[in-house]
Amino acid sequence: MVDVAVIDYGMGNLRSVEQALRKVAPDAEIKVTDDADTIAHAGRVVFPGQGAMPDCMRELDARGLRDVVLSAAGNKPFLGICIGLQMLFERSAEGGVAGLGILHGKVERFASNMHDAQGNKLKVPHMGWNQVHHVQHPLWEGIEQDARFYFVHSYYVQPQDASLVQATSKYPQSFVCAVAKNNLFAVQFHPEKSHTAGLKLLQNFVQWNP
Amino acid sequence: MLAKRIIPCLDVTAGRVVKGVSFVELRDAGDPVEIARRYNEQGADELTFLDITASSDDRGIIFRIIEQVASQVFIPLTVGGGVREVGDVRNLLNAGADKVSINTSAVLNPQLVADATARYGSQCIVVAIDAKQTVPGRWEVFTHGGRNATGLDAVAWAKKMQDLGAGEILLTSMDRDGQKIGFDLALTRAITDALDIPVIASGGVGNLQHLVDGVKKGGADAVLAASIFHFGEYTVLQAKQFMAAQGIEVRL
Repeated sequence: MVDVAVIDYGMGNLRSVEQALRKVAPDAEIKVTDDADTIAHAGRVVFPGQGAMPDCMRELDARGLRDVVLSAAGNKPFLGICIGLQMLFERSAEGGVAGLGILHGKVERFASNMHDAQGNKLKVPHMGWNQVHHVQHPLWEGIEQDARFYFVHSYYVQPQDASLVQATSKYPQSFVCAVAKNNLFAVQFHPEKSHTAGLKLLQNFVQWNP
Repeated sequence: MLAKRIIPCLDVTAGRVVKGVSFVELRDAGDPVEIARRYNEQGADELTFLDITASSDDRGIIFRIIEQVASQVFIPLTVGGGVREVGDVRNLLNAGADKVSINTSAVLNPQLVADATARYGSQCIVVAIDAKQTVPGRWEVFTHGGRNATGLDAVAWAKKMQDLGAGEILLTSMDRDGQKIGFDLALTRAITDALDIPVIASGGVGNLQHLVDGVKKGGADAVLAASIFHFGEYTVLQAKQFMAAQGIEVRL
């Protein structure tokens, strides 16, 4: 049995996630895998995602991993990252595609023609280091309020249930960048690329016993 | 709010970091892994590695460097130079790059940008544009490390790359590269105003005010510099403190 399974459904590069997990949990067995059985028996699961959500959904199903993701999200420590957060919801404006529907709500695109207070154009994708304002949760332990994390995305989640929200960021309006429900936690930013604060969050995840 | 990014750039050849003036006259700046670690400690927001190796024999070196850096430095890494096909993108991502920068090959084969973004997502494809002023207010795209003129208008070309799916533009002024007289602000402004995706300004930084100007006057989303950091004139932290003091949002 592996300690942490990083779900590989062929979308993008998972090496960064793997390396960062190895850094924070040098003694754990960490496996990047597309094997449903390995995922089903792993102690905890990381569900990343890169690229476009319609491709991610298609590839997940092409590998027959939907059921094992649904079951892991319901019964063991589970961390969604980036598209791995967006896929948990019911529907995305990206390609009008349905998500896994584990959480109620939808995924919307940032408006074009957004401007900051000085009148400068705000670019999409929202790319770079932004401040994350969080509520209390074991995964934020030891992380400063409003610490900066690295983001790169054009879509953001709109959960129906406000009590799921664990953190927000601003671009320029407030948007949800972390949610949690029982054993599940998911973030829009990339902890694996967010230096000290990101590594701390991953370390909290591998030690989390919900 | 979102911070403006400071990106040290490491030009790598034969396993060493070098820096030239207007793309020639290379000067040794040290070991890439050690330099990457230093910039990470100083608070760099990302790192860019450009493999400027001419011969294909040495191509393996950049992979080993990226692998070593990626296992120690947990911030985004962009790698460019010699990317010709989707397989090159895959290999660099597998080595530990988060983004891959495409320059000459985007001009020779624009479909590569479309194919690479379709396969790996816009977030990891940067199109690098080397531009040179022809007449005031007009810039031409050059390829092959600045040796070949293309006849392409830089602004129109940048828009085309955005339309093909590029997630970001790395814009270098050839007129300013290594000159230490500041970014070509008119060029930077023209490109950033024309696009909806982020633009990294590059070429010409000689002091910290130049970084501020790149953001405030040029409208850049990120600023890239090499010489001022490599040869110890300023640390990344000093650059950020200077920018913050002038009201620019940075990650400190």
